[in-house]
Amino acid sequence: MKAAVVVFPGSNCDRDLAVAFERAGFDVTMVWHKDSVLPEGVDIVGVPGGFSYGDYLRCGAIAAQSPICQAVVDHANRGGYAIGVCNGFQILTETGILPGALLRNAGLKYICRTVDLKVETSSSVFTEGYSAGDVIGIPIAHHDGNYFADAETVAALQDQDRVAFSYVDNPNGSVADIAGILSENRRVLGMMPHPERAADEGHGGTDGTAVFRALAGMVTTA
Amino acid sequence: MKARVHVMLKNGVLDPQGEAVRHALGAMGFDKVEGVRQGKVIDLDLAEGATEADVAEMCEKLLANTVIESYSIEMV
Repeated sequence: MKAAVVVFPGSNCDRDLAVAFERAGFDVTMVWHKDSVLPEGVDIVGVPGGFSYGDYLRCGAIAAQSPICQAVVDHANRGGYAIGVCNGFQILTETGILPGALLRNAGLKYICRTVDLKVETSSSVFTEGYSAGDVIGIPIAHHDGNYFADAETVAALQDQDRVAFSYVDNPNGSVADIAGILSENRRVLGMMPHPERAADEGHGGTDGTAVFRALAGMVTTA
Repeated sequence: MKARVHVMLKNGVLDPQGEAVRHALGAMGFDKVEGVRQGKVIDLDLAEGATEADVAEMCEKLLANTVIESYSIEMV
């Protein structure tokens, strides 16, 4: 089981994400933004949180044009698995792998606290360790987490059961309370909350562990 | 040769920063402001031969996110 975690200038959750993968049993390779290929045999790519390229222009916009992101797009187009957390979610929307965009929080404030998330679907390799309807506590830490997509896209996400997580008490103005979404083939997850920051007793909660454990189960049985 | 690109949030996309500026102006006594939209201006220094179509491609691929933003180009 091999995971690759992408590191951009300004990433700051890359090591947390790597530890969460390692704890679940993955061999983790860190890949630099200037690399143009992923390591051989990578099962899943993690795009971490942080402030890639200083959030210049738009959050994730410049990272999405980096050499490694082209390799991530190719990986996803081949049906490979990927998870983008926080800035990683912003980057995946900027590449077009996931629909929509993340706007400035409606209240204009940077928000850093644990929020309640509702698991909307257990039908994905990321969420099958939960039951639909479960409420879990996962930290958020973002200034631009206000998910936006046009009405048609939101309806498609809902009809296709592609909303993975929603906010119980919407903190940032996201349309339809959306906190995380799946790609059409359900193999790419983007979410603003940080499951890797709720994956150890020392974090104050372990509600995020199931994401990584479920992933490990998927890859070993595949 | 220069180009000036204006990037604005599309109509219908909430602009919380513009709203905050509108509130501040109202609080300062500028009571005739009914709406504020905040955007970006990007100036490009271009080599000879660059066309508006080149700039449009830059906008589509990087300078604007057309999911949420619209852009206009001035060649100057």
